[in-house]
Amino acid sequence: MKKNLKYNAIWLAIAILGYVLIYALEMVGVIDQFGETTLVLIGINIILATSLNLVIGFAGQFSLGHAGFMALGAYSSALVTSVIPTVGGFLIGLLVGILVAGLVALIVGIPTLRLNGDYLAIATMGAAEIIRIILNNLKVTNGPAGLYNIPMLANWGTVYILVVITTLIIVNFVHSRNGRAVMSVREDEIAAESIGINTTKYKIIAFVLGAAIASIGGALHANYIQTINPSDFGIMESINILIIVVLGGIGSITGTFVAAFVLGLLDMVLQNFGTLRMVLYSLALILIMVFKPSGLLGTWEFSVRRLFNHKKAKGDA
Amino acid sequence: MTLLDVKALTKNFGGLTAVSNVTMHLDNNELVALIGPNGAGKTTLFNLLTGVIIPSEGTVSLQTEHGLQVLNKQKPYKIAAAGMARTFQNIRLFKDLTVEENVLIAMTDKNKEGFVESIFRLPSFYRKEAALHQQVVELLSIFKMENQLETLARNLPYGAQRRLEIVRALATKPQILFLDEPAAGMNPEETADLTRLIQQIQSEFHITVLLIEHDMSLVMNLAERIYVLEYGKLIAEGTPKEIQSNQRVINAYLGGGD
Amino acid sequence: MQTVLQQLVNGLSLGSIYALLALGYTMVYGIIKLINFAHGDIYMLGAFWGYYVINQWHFSFWPALLSAMVFCALAGVVIEYLAYRPLRNSPRIAALITAIGVSFLLENGMSYLFSSNVRNFPQAMAVKSYNFLGVKISNIQILILVVSIVLMILLQLIIRRTKMGKAMRAVSVDPDAAQLIGINIDRTISFTFALGSALAGAAGVLIGLYYNSIDPLMGMTPGIKAFVAAVLGGIGLIPGAALGGFVIGLLETATQALGFSAFKDAVVYVVLIIILLVRPAGILGKNIKEKV
Repeated sequence: MKKNLKYNAIWLAIAILGYVLIYALEMVGVIDQFGETTLVLIGINIILATSLNLVIGFAGQFSLGHAGFMALGAYSSALVTSVIPTVGGFLIGLLVGILVAGLVALIVGIPTLRLNGDYLAIATMGAAEIIRIILNNLKVTNGPAGLYNIPMLANWGTVYILVVITTLIIVNFVHSRNGRAVMSVREDEIAAESIGINTTKYKIIAFVLGAAIASIGGALHANYIQTINPSDFGIMESINILIIVVLGGIGSITGTFVAAFVLGLLDMVLQNFGTLRMVLYSLALILIMVFKPSGLLGTWEFSVRRLFNHKKAKGDA
Repeated sequence: MTLLDVKALTKNFGGLTAVSNVTMHLDNNELVALIGPNGAGKTTLFNLLTGVIIPSEGTVSLQTEHGLQVLNKQKPYKIAAAGMARTFQNIRLFKDLTVEENVLIAMTDKNKEGFVESIFRLPSFYRKEAALHQQVVELLSIFKMENQLETLARNLPYGAQRRLEIVRALATKPQILFLDEPAAGMNPEETADLTRLIQQIQSEFHITVLLIEHDMSLVMNLAERIYVLEYGKLIAEGTPKEIQSNQRVINAYLGGGD
Repeated sequence: MQTVLQQLVNGLSLGSIYALLALGYTMVYGIIKLINFAHGDIYMLGAFWGYYVINQWHFSFWPALLSAMVFCALAGVVIEYLAYRPLRNSPRIAALITAIGVSFLLENGMSYLFSSNVRNFPQAMAVKSYNFLGVKISNIQILILVVSIVLMILLQLIIRRTKMGKAMRAVSVDPDAAQLIGINIDRTISFTFALGSALAGAAGVLIGLYYNSIDPLMGMTPGIKAFVAAVLGGIGLIPGAALGGFVIGLLETATQALGFSAFKDAVVYVVLIIILLVRPAGILGKNIKEKV
């Protein structure tokens, strides 16, 4: 019990240290406005990609429609905060987004999660496109023009805190009763059923939780960028999130963090290359996959506990 | 007392009848073997009993604490929850998870951890995890695997993988354990170990065991009763002695007779 | 009645383009289980090749079509060799991401080299319209239909009658066994990419002629639609891809004709999801249960 407390305290310390570090770098001017935007976008991508990793990496369900749930979060929060432009409004917006995305994920997930592999991918992609097309044609969402002048209620601090909270939720979920059941579905559905696991239920739990967290990423996007339109949430956005997950290593949360940073920084560096930027980006993507098909980190996970035990083992020797 | 009652169970695959009109029963705390030549439909029968395949006709009912429960057309996880656990001929472990996780997952139903307490790592979460951990260790120590908690299932030697699959099934606290060729691929020494282990499980956990096996020495040593399946039909039932001298069984195995 | 027939004609022309593209997806998927995301961009390359040779070298329609098919076949083979072959034994999702990378590379590489402007496709033949019982049909629509159907029949013949076709079918059923009986897997896969890409090249030239405008991103949407068509029909199945292509073409034109053009893609996806739920392996697909 004491040990657990210690590990948790170390994680908390790491989180606070990260915050202080960014704050300090911003104060002394190492991180300028452009750098801050890059960091915020990386943070939002981490939220989106870790939640997709929960669905793909841990539940083993190939979803290609994550941008749809992000869109629901973005529009919910944008609409709520345009009426209540306060921090409280943002929190309500977040909550509404989580509920809407979770509900839609439930409706989409119950029928489609029976499908396997690529069929599921294409069905979820279709579902996300349907969401986008509906947003594109509704009056309240202002159609293809989208929403603008959304109050800026998120800054890098908000994003940082939500990255920490969502990561905590996902990691703690994975290492609990429900999370282990979810992983058994990925490993072998028939074996899981044979020991009493209701595989459909756990697939849906993971899918809904992933969607709910993706909506948080969407809300942050809306209240930081301040303009959104349906084309921000198309197939390409789902693919961009997928790329982060696969590049980092499917099933590795640490890998998702690393990949989000690598791609975010790569994007920042490539800004100077103008039109050549996307050419270099795609080349980098192909080369990384060809030489490191299991992703940057494979399934490796950073763990304070292991770090400690390792040190202790060394100390004993 | 009859624990599992199977009546006129039949499965047709298109025009082929894989299991035909099988009526059998399993009593409390009994060790029964199911034998038969290759392709006789033994695994199909297992799959019917455990819900992996839905029977075309017939009923499977289990005596549970809530009385007699009809199990056919139930989802496999419900059948497992009712008290029937199994292993697989071609080992189906959760290969990329640890030994401990493999067993813990089988305890999901008994684990009362809530979503909120696990997300926020409340003290009650750690208490429940510690209690479960203790149970896993106890269970694994019966099989001398308590030192391999952190090993990935895929890295276990073959015999240990078979044992882990049995542990995983036992962790669901079943009334009946179905073992599909537990000795397949084992050497005589390992088979002898396994024989002792199965006896130990049956007496210690007070459960009923139904096993499919080709190793006749194991079957004749262990089984109290034997069912013989050929071409999807039961052709004999009896004690090992009776089966050994049954002309139809001998014909089935040697390919002679009618 | 006239409008229905008119829409039928329009739907079939569009559908045959989707069908040509879907065939490439389905063949590649059938043989290496890869969603070849770059396939739509091969079609774009075909259109650009047609644009170039008609304008610069003053090719007429048929040589432009044939050379585009050859060019795209080569491009497909090269892409497979460089980007997909190294990942043959990797997780499938890694190969998928590589395919997405190749797609980005083709789209952005073409934008970088030739600018992302939309340009007019040269009129390689004069457009003529005919009236059949009040239904307007252009010579280009007839050409698209005829060329597509001829190509599909040719493809079917290649797959059913030639040695290479037999090898393709063998590899798609069981690559290991195919190798054991002496089939050269690499060559068979290259051949599959060549065939699929050639069809995409033909589709590119045809669509250029039909819509009269091309740009480096033109392959994205039809590519995804064609993949949906392949899944709809039953992926891995040649007749399924053709059927799926026509179904989607007709659906799209029908929704448009009914005045819901804003929702035409949504309708396609709704139909896709419904069909997958009723028949998880597509219209013509067979459901294979895992053996326990």
